[in-house]
Amino acid sequence: MTDWPQIRTVGLSGLLVTFAAAMSEPANRAALAFRAAVEEQDWPEVVETSTSLVSTFLAVDLATTPDEAMKERLQALLKSRDWTKELLPAGRTLWHVPTLYGTDLAPQLEEAADVAGLDPDEAIRQLSTSRVRVLTIGFAPGQPYCGELPEAWNIPRQKGLTPSVPACALVVAIRQLIIFTNASPTGWRHIGQTAFRTFRPEAEQPFPLSPGDELIFPAIERAELENIIARDSTGQGGAETEVLK
Amino acid sequence: MSPQLTILQAGPALSLQDFGRPGYRAEGLTQGGAADPTALYEGAALLGQAPNLAAIEMAGSGGTFRADSDLRIALTGAEMAAKIEGEAIVWNASHTLPAGATLTIGGARNGSYGYLHVGGGFDTAPVMGSRAAHLAGGIGTLLQSGESLPIGPDKGHDTGMKITPIDRFGGGRIRIVASMQTASFDAATLDRFTACAFHRDARANRMGVRLGFEGEGYSTDAALSIVSEVVVPGDIQISGDGAPYVLMYECQTTGGYPRIGSVLPCDLPRVAQAQTGTDLHFEFVGMEEAATLQARHLNELKTLKSRVSPLVRDPARIRDLLSYQLISGAISATSNPFEEGHPT
Repeated sequence: MTDWPQIRTVGLSGLLVTFAAAMSEPANRAALAFRAAVEEQDWPEVVETSTSLVSTFLAVDLATTPDEAMKERLQALLKSRDWTKELLPAGRTLWHVPTLYGTDLAPQLEEAADVAGLDPDEAIRQLSTSRVRVLTIGFAPGQPYCGELPEAWNIPRQKGLTPSVPACALVVAIRQLIIFTNASPTGWRHIGQTAFRTFRPEAEQPFPLSPGDELIFPAIERAELENIIARDSTGQGGAETEVLK
Repeated sequence: MSPQLTILQAGPALSLQDFGRPGYRAEGLTQGGAADPTALYEGAALLGQAPNLAAIEMAGSGGTFRADSDLRIALTGAEMAAKIEGEAIVWNASHTLPAGATLTIGGARNGSYGYLHVGGGFDTAPVMGSRAAHLAGGIGTLLQSGESLPIGPDKGHDTGMKITPIDRFGGGRIRIVASMQTASFDAATLDRFTACAFHRDARANRMGVRLGFEGEGYSTDAALSIVSEVVVPGDIQISGDGAPYVLMYECQTTGGYPRIGSVLPCDLPRVAQAQTGTDLHFEFVGMEEAATLQARHLNELKTLKSRVSPLVRDPARIRDLLSYQLISGAISATSNPFEEGHPT
């Protein structure tokens, strides 16, 4: 493929390097690895960097830095290796986030299982044992898009919107899981409920998750979720962490 | 105890704003901050202080306010009818708000966002380096009636100054550069886009401004296949119904709608300040011209002091003439000149 990666300007706000036309694991990994490499370059013109599903953004004031100069540097860095074959950045975290599946607190588990062609027990087994990666963070502060789930979960968003799903809800569509930052209307199906807050503005580390982190959502009973909510004021929601080597 | 300003009655959408929180894009949080940052610079020029001090942003209309000690205030942005104890005061100017006096700020006349600045700035506890409410992101809330806001130490003395504001009211021409999907719109659609007299729709807030228009919508086949990617303030997204949305500083970090262009930062306050129904025209400029225009704007912000001058007042209409210091602007009867310049 000669079309990718592509470099485009984003208004006067910076440059976007896109690795593919659609979401794929290698393109997501390329975006994360390329961001880490740009950070390593420590170019003074680059104010901040971020990734979305398959692209890396460099915030650069194009009113003071000509875009052509930045594009040349980015081309050279892009050509230095095959970014889709790069490893994930070091220093990532594996999170175990206790999750209540189904019940009236997560009322769309059975519906989602049905669309995925699974019985509810098998759906919970798959969801609670799948290890997914934070593909990107966005839409709301700290809100992770995690994937990818087994192919059975390539289910579309529902046609109508659910008027409101609570904060810390676990929702599913298109082989991805999201933990919601804030209560929000959504077309994704609400299959689990956690007590894990993805944005903690008053905390020293307001954003617990980073792109590239991995998550498992082990199943718990309702009483345990209630217990976690009762004793946890940090937003950690009973989650445990391991450092990924 | 620091001085406080109490909001006796809050208008529908008052919030504390400064320049927001840059640097959290990777974590899903956009910069936020004042919808019209130029107003923060003007307030700072009037009060002789740093532009990043927090001010009250007033969308549509203001409210009534009272301070527990004498305050220096400045009013910038969209002009609103303002009175102290029932007497009209000039917009785009600085004034003394005496302790216990009631400041009343009414509806906006020529724009959408007015700003109330105080000497020393509002001194609430910063969250992640900023005092700005980021309503979409869940940081802070709208200000409510009955709320009292602490005010930081005021190192300045002057009031009774006016500023000629940077021209940005009443809509008009908005300069844009090509953006992510501009090339995927066909030439006829782009021509139609730049020929159209858009107007600001009532559906507008700190996240984005929807534009109304006559005739056919603006679409591209690329809309169906865009994978969610970065969006920035100024981007003009074409939503599912073919209507353009100009994204503002509190927009989300990513989006999946095609972008037909991106408004230059120097023209974004003009979009923010357009009132419902005000006409807006888009004009593409090249990157070099955009850089020149932006540099010119930054220079205007740096030299705002040259737009500040004393309010000319008719002494016959000044009620409390004797309380004014009429002899010289350089000497104050109440402050010790030897203390000036020595921070305490």
